[in-house]
Amino acid sequence: MSTSYLIKNAAILGGEPTDLLLQDGTIQQIAPGLAADDAVEVIDATGLVALPGLVDLHTHLREPGREDAETVDSGTQAAALGGFTAVFAMANTEPVADTAGVVEQVWRLGREAGHCDVYPIGAVTVGLQGERLAELGAMADSAARVRVFSDDGKCVHDPVLMRRALEYVKAFDGVVAQHAQEPRLTEGAQMNEGELSGRLGLAGWPAVAEEAIIARDVLLAEHVGSRLHVCHLSTAGSVEIVRWAKAKGVDVTAEACPHHLLLTDELAATYDPIYKVNPPLRSAADVEAVRAGLADGTIDIVATDHAPHPHEDKDCEWAAAAFGMLGLETALSIVQQTMVDPGLLDWAGVAERMSYAPARIGRVADHGRPIEVGAPANVVLYDPGATRTVDPSESASLSRNTPYRGMELPGRVVATFLRGKATVLDGKLA
Amino acid sequence: MKRHLLSAADLSRDDAELVLATADEMRSLADRPIKKLPALRGRTVVNLFFEDSTRTRISFEAAAKRLSADVINFSAKGSSLSKGESLKDTALTLEAMGADAVVVRHGASGAPHLLAHSGWVRSSVVNAGDGTHEHPTQALLDAFTMWKHLGESKPGGLEGRRIAIVGDVLHSRVARSNALLLRTLGAEVTLVAPPTLLPVGIEGWPVETSYDLDGVLPKADAVMMLRVQRERMHGGFFPTAREYSRRYGLDGKRMAMLQDHTIVMHPGPMVRGMEITADVADSDRSVIVEQVTNGVAVRMAVLYLLLGGSEPAVGGEE
Repeated sequence: MSTSYLIKNAAILGGEPTDLLLQDGTIQQIAPGLAADDAVEVIDATGLVALPGLVDLHTHLREPGREDAETVDSGTQAAALGGFTAVFAMANTEPVADTAGVVEQVWRLGREAGHCDVYPIGAVTVGLQGERLAELGAMADSAARVRVFSDDGKCVHDPVLMRRALEYVKAFDGVVAQHAQEPRLTEGAQMNEGELSGRLGLAGWPAVAEEAIIARDVLLAEHVGSRLHVCHLSTAGSVEIVRWAKAKGVDVTAEACPHHLLLTDELAATYDPIYKVNPPLRSAADVEAVRAGLADGTIDIVATDHAPHPHEDKDCEWAAAAFGMLGLETALSIVQQTMVDPGLLDWAGVAERMSYAPARIGRVADHGRPIEVGAPANVVLYDPGATRTVDPSESASLSRNTPYRGMELPGRVVATFLRGKATVLDGKLA
Repeated sequence: MKRHLLSAADLSRDDAELVLATADEMRSLADRPIKKLPALRGRTVVNLFFEDSTRTRISFEAAAKRLSADVINFSAKGSSLSKGESLKDTALTLEAMGADAVVVRHGASGAPHLLAHSGWVRSSVVNAGDGTHEHPTQALLDAFTMWKHLGESKPGGLEGRRIAIVGDVLHSRVARSNALLLRTLGAEVTLVAPPTLLPVGIEGWPVETSYDLDGVLPKADAVMMLRVQRERMHGGFFPTAREYSRRYGLDGKRMAMLQDHTIVMHPGPMVRGMEITADVADSDRSVIVEQVTNGVAVRMAVLYLLLGGSEPAVGGEE
């Protein structure tokens, strides 16, 4: 029989402290002053906020193919430590997750690891080549039950192919998650295009290359009546376009990454490729606009774009380095610092952006549920009063490419429960 | 001076004028029967070139040898960008050999910066051209050449002088370094190019810009023509080489618009017939060959000052 947990004095979504009994995989009782019996483990959650288990719609677990950077096991450990109970694994593995076989492998590895639920994302096109549709239906019908499709890392730039993908996935209530990057406008691009890229002599990644694709895609989604998800939106212009599309009634959702809520392109002046990411770090004005968009709901969710890379791919010249940064273990702290502490979001808003909405977009029923009696016991206990200094060597990820190295961040995940089973206790893997 | 020379922005006005004055002393050596100084005897200078550049490499090599330094040429063509030996491993090798200064040419912008700040090497790092970023010793030799012709070789000699830099500014490390250094020295810089060859955000640079070469030429005290690679045509930056030359090339007719004292410069290698015609390149106004001579003197000054030459460079010891 699995352990039952009695959580004492937890502030659900930052509300009045109460007790929660997690038993048999579900939340059995919620009330102040619940009595403990010998069979339960009691956790004192005084001062802690209880949130629904977080859901990340955008994670790179690298397996199969790049097990030197991350595995499903190590990546989901990092996820659990970050308060996540479910992650969606991007398709740009080797081989690409473009068949039922590969997505079932990733799904099975996730179940075996057991640190959080893993929902594979299927590639939109064969080999991410942008030429013809992968067998989306086979992936949807597989044991992995794929509902989110993305060529992330590459843009589905052919407008006809994008239209077909948007239409086709309607048959199984899927969604296309677009990596919005016009390829011709970003050939050789290294950083945000602006005055700084000109000074540093690094080829620019202009905002318009993202915005032009988002504008096209919302119009396509409207035309064919499909739903569209925009990955890692990073510019003020993108926020405006999504806001406009939503006002028109287009079925579009959008995500922002923690690093685009905090870091700016000025960091490229170090030439340290730890700050090299795609889409690139943008201007301070863009960061402000993304925060405002996340606060007012234009941007639906926070997703990490957790992108592990081995040391040698970051310990080199900027142009030679890989794009991407770690994110799972720091996401909630960054959201607290950039959104909660300044008063842009309350904890209910965090639950919506980091749990309910990503689960809705990904069409998973057992995650992203409010903390209430009868719901699956997917719960995270978080101490917003703690501070910590980020030490890359402490990460559960196999990679060390965090841009927050040495930074003091607020908050700490104390415990994570997946269907009533502790995956993290006292801030450590259980 | 700082320990490294990575960007022209690393130089204060005093630093830059010290380099010019020191280079002037070095230059005088060329007229002596023995062209060698003992200043860097026992020191090792490594020329680390990840890109072919024979002229820059031999200029640094001559400079180091005239200061009696030991010179090692390390040609590592095919950097980590093309999955060869990584910059890091190359740097660790050099460190193990005990280099005092590393002169680095690299196709990736920021590679010298990385070398200087990574902790891989303890030596001074001199940027000999990185990607489309900077080429500070080229800017110093250009400034030195202007200072000899237009500034009477005096401190502050370039104050208020008008310098036109013409051509592919977008891809030019020479233009970036020149714009920064010439501003530091008080000159007024105008960058002239078709709009496609000016970087985004150039409004924030401390320079004027113009699309109209004919409007700029009559006021200029020096005109520097930048090389335009024919490949740019395929990138769609301009329609044809002929159209580029018509609008932005310096030919005899345009040269006639210049003031009597105005000099014509080019960092080389030239594409004759593209950005500059042969009659202009070979005219009396052209100081292009002199730039090469000055390059050695300026690089001597830079190596001497970076490697802690506190004694007067010329005179003494012999």
